[in-house]
Amino acid sequence: MAIEILMPALSPTMEEGTLAKWLVDEGAEVRSGDVIAEIETDKATMEVEALDDGTIGRLLVAAGTEGVKVNVPIAVLLEEGEAAGAVPAPAAAASGEAPVAGAAPAAEAAVAAPPVVAMAETVTAEPVATGAMAEITVREALRDAMAEEMRSDDRVFVMGEEVAEYQGAYKVTQGLLAEFGDRRVIDTPITEQGFAGLGVGAAFGDLRPVIEFMTFNFAMQAIDQIINSAAKTLYMSGGQMGCPIVFRGPNGAASRVAAQHSQCYASWYAHCPGLKVVSPWSAADAKGLLKAAIRDPNPVIFLENEVMYGQSFDVPTDDDWVVPIGRANIVREGSDVTITAFSIMVGRALEAADKLAEQGISAEVIDLRTIRPLDTETIVNSVKKTSRLITCEEGFPFAGVGSEIAMQVMEQAFDWLDAPVARVTGKDVPMPYAANLESMALPQIDDIVATALATCEGFRGA
Amino acid sequence: MAETVKATRKRKPGRPPKAAAGATAANDLPARDDLVAMYRDMLLIRRFEEKAGQLYGMGQIGGFCHLYIGQEAVVVGLQSVSKPGDTVVTSYRDHGHMLACGMDADGVMAELTGREGGYSRGKGGSMHMFSREKNFFGGHGIVGAQVPIGCGLAFSHKYRDEANVCLTYLGDGAVNQGQVYESFNMAALWDLPVLFVIENNQYGMGTAVTRAAAGRSLADRGAAYGIPGRQVDGMDVLAVRTAGAEALDHCRSGKGPYILEMKTYRYRGHSMSDPAKYRTREEVDAMRKQHDPIDQLRDVLHKQDVTDDTLKGIDADVKAIVLRATEFAQTSPEPDPSELFTDILLPVGGRTAAGEV
Ligand SMILES: Cc1ncc(C[n+]2csc(CCOP(=O)(O)OP(=O)(O)O)c2C)c(N)n1
Ligand SMILES: [Mg+2]
Repeated sequence: MAIEILMPALSPTMEEGTLAKWLVDEGAEVRSGDVIAEIETDKATMEVEALDDGTIGRLLVAAGTEGVKVNVPIAVLLEEGEAAGAVPAPAAAASGEAPVAGAAPAAEAAVAAPPVVAMAETVTAEPVATGAMAEITVREALRDAMAEEMRSDDRVFVMGEEVAEYQGAYKVTQGLLAEFGDRRVIDTPITEQGFAGLGVGAAFGDLRPVIEFMTFNFAMQAIDQIINSAAKTLYMSGGQMGCPIVFRGPNGAASRVAAQHSQCYASWYAHCPGLKVVSPWSAADAKGLLKAAIRDPNPVIFLENEVMYGQSFDVPTDDDWVVPIGRANIVREGSDVTITAFSIMVGRALEAADKLAEQGISAEVIDLRTIRPLDTETIVNSVKKTSRLITCEEGFPFAGVGSEIAMQVMEQAFDWLDAPVARVTGKDVPMPYAANLESMALPQIDDIVATALATCEGFRGA
Repeated sequence: MAETVKATRKRKPGRPPKAAAGATAANDLPARDDLVAMYRDMLLIRRFEEKAGQLYGMGQIGGFCHLYIGQEAVVVGLQSVSKPGDTVVTSYRDHGHMLACGMDADGVMAELTGREGGYSRGKGGSMHMFSREKNFFGGHGIVGAQVPIGCGLAFSHKYRDEANVCLTYLGDGAVNQGQVYESFNMAALWDLPVLFVIENNQYGMGTAVTRAAAGRSLADRGAAYGIPGRQVDGMDVLAVRTAGAEALDHCRSGKGPYILEMKTYRYRGHSMSDPAKYRTREEVDAMRKQHDPIDQLRDVLHKQDVTDDTLKGIDADVKAIVLRATEFAQTSPEPDPSELFTDILLPVGGRTAAGEV
C-alpha cells in the first residue's frame, strides 16, 4: 500500500512551515532514516527523514512552498512491488485545510466540580488510650515507635547520618543499632540527595525506609528526590509505583543557630500532592503518628522539633498505639476564639490561652498534627462555634500554612466569621543570630495573646 | 578479556568507537536462537521508534519524545544476559528499555499518545512508564535522579539476600551530576549489586561529551571509589553482551558495583524539535553506514546461514507488532476525566502497589 508522507510537526506548537528543499527525486529508493527534505519554521531548519523503506512515488508539494500545514501529505512512498500509477493525484493544495493535529480534548462536562485540593482519604477513628501510661520524652517516643515497627516488620530500616553508632545527632535513634544491627540501622555518608534517592529506590523495591535528616534544612539538597521521585511517581505510573517511605528529622527553629539552620518547611512540603506532612507536638502523638507514618503506603514527611525532644508527656505503653494521619486534635476547648498551631507552637498557644483566660477570653486550641491532608473539618467546626480564628506557625508568613487555612475557612465558613482570620508567624526575614533579634523573629506567646485580643476587640464590649 | 580499561585517550565525538573490550571471537558466538532474538529485539525498537517519530510528526504524541534509534544494541545486549528478578531503571530515553524488558508495545505506544491503554494510563507519557511485572522501574525525567534510585533497588536486593542486580542506565550528560557520585560512593561502600551503564551517545542535548566531561573516559569515573569500569563498543551487540555478562557476574557475586561505558550514538535529535546544528550530517551518516548495530548483526546472521526468508519473516512480524500498537494507541480512549484525581495517594491499610499490605 502506498504510504503518504505527511508534513511533520517538529514541536508541539508548530502549525505550518516552508518546504525548503527536496533531497530526493521521484523514483528514488529510500531507506528508513534517509533525509528526504528540509523544512523551515520561524525557529529553525530541520530535516525530514523517511519513515519507511520504499521508492518515492510522487512529490506532492513543490520545493519552496511556504505555509505548508502540518499533517498535509507532501509525498507518496511506494513499497516494494508497487507501481507509481497506483498513486492518487494530489487532492489537497499545500495551503488547503489540514487535519487538526492531536486529538480533540474529551468533553469535560463529565467531571464533577473537582476539589480545589485533592486530599480525599478516609481517616480512621482517633484511638482511645485505655491501658497503662508512662511519662516519656518526645525523643524516647520517636525511638520507641521506630523500634516497635522494626520488631514487627523486617522491611522497616532506618538510614541517615549518625543514626547508628553515634546513636543519632539528637539521640533519637538511641539503642536501635544494638537491637537491630547494621543491616537495618545504617550510618550514611553526608550525602542527602544520594540517600534520599536510595531510600526512594528501596521503597519502590518494597522495603519500608525511615530516612532521617539530621535537620530538615539539609533536606533541601534532597527535595528533588522527595518531590519529583517519591511524591509524583504513583501518579505518573497510573497507580503502580507506591513509595512507602518516611522522611523524618527536626524542623523549624533551633536555638541561636542562625538562618541556614533554622527554618520551618511545613508549607513547602504541604504544597505538594502525593505527600503527607505530619508535625506532632505531644510525645503520645509523636509516637502514634510515627507508627502510622511507617505503616502508611505513601511518602510521609515527619517534621519534628529539636526543642521539643526533651519534653515529657504521658504516652500509652500499648504497642499498638497508632494515631491516624489527617486528624487534628482539640487540646483545649473554648468558645470565643479558635487558635490553630502545630509542633512547638501548640505549647505556646496553650500558654497564650491561659493568659487570655485571665482576661476573660475563652480560646479553643487546635493541634493540627497533620498539615497535609489538613483536617479542615475540625477547624471549620470550631470556627462555627467561636467565629474567630488565629493561625500560629514558626514559618514565614508568605504562602504559609496559615495562609492556606485562612483561605479554606473563607471558602467553607465565611458566613460564620465575625472578624478577619489573623496569622501569627515567624517574621519575613532570614533567622538572625543575635539573641534579641532571634526572639523578635519568632512568634512568641505574647504575640498570640495580642493578636487574639485584637481579633476579639469589639466582641468583648458587645 | 575483562580487563579494566585504564588510560583511554579522549576521542572526538562522532569518531567510531574502537571494538576493543568485549569483542566476541567468532567461535564463542551466542547460540543462533539468541542471535536471532537480539536481532528481532533491536529491530522492534528501531521500527517502534520510527513509528513514534511519525506519530509525533502527526501531532498524536505530545511534549517531549526522546528516541532511542541508534542505541538499540546497548539495552538489547545487556537485557539478553540479565536474569529473572533483575531490576532496571533509566532516564526519559526509555522506550527501548521497556521493549527490551518485555513490556508490551501496545501499552508503551498508547502511553505515548496519552491514552487509557498506556502503561501509566496516560498519566506519565513518554518519559514515565513502569512495570512491576517486568521489573522496570522507570522512566525518570530529572537527569541523574534514577541513579540513587537504582542503588536503592540494588539495596533492596541485597537486604533480601536476592541474587539480583539493578541495571541502572544513565547518559553521558547525567554522569556530571553530583548525585551520581553520591551513588557511586554508597554503592561501593556497601557493595550494592548495581551495574551502572553509561550510555555515552556522545551528546547531552547539543553539548558534545568533550565539552562537558573532564577526565580521560567515563568508564574511569568510578575509579576514586574503586569501582571497576570498562569501555565497550555499544554499537556491537555481541560486545555488549559479552561485557554485560561479565559485569553482571561481578555484581551478582557480591563484589559490588561495576561501570560499563557504552560508546554509542543516537541518530535522531535529542528530542523531536532538535535542529541538530551541533553535529554534521556526515558524522551521523558515517555512524549509520559503518556502525549500525542492526546491520552489523544482520551480517553475522548471514554468516551463520540465517536465510533472507527468516529475516524477512522477522521484519514482517515486527512491522505487524508496531502496526497493531499504533492502531491500539490511536483507538484506545483518552483517560476518563475521573482519572485526574486518582493515584495521588494509596489508601491506608489497603494493598500497596507492590501487592502487600
Ligand atoms: C536536572 C535536569 N537538568 C536538565 C534537564 C534537561 N535535560 C533533559 S535531557 C538533557 C541532556 C541529558 O543528556 P544525557 O545524559 O547524555 O542523555 P541522552 O539524552 O543523551 O540520552 C538535559 C540537559 C533535566 N531533565 N534535568
Ligand atoms: Mg547523551
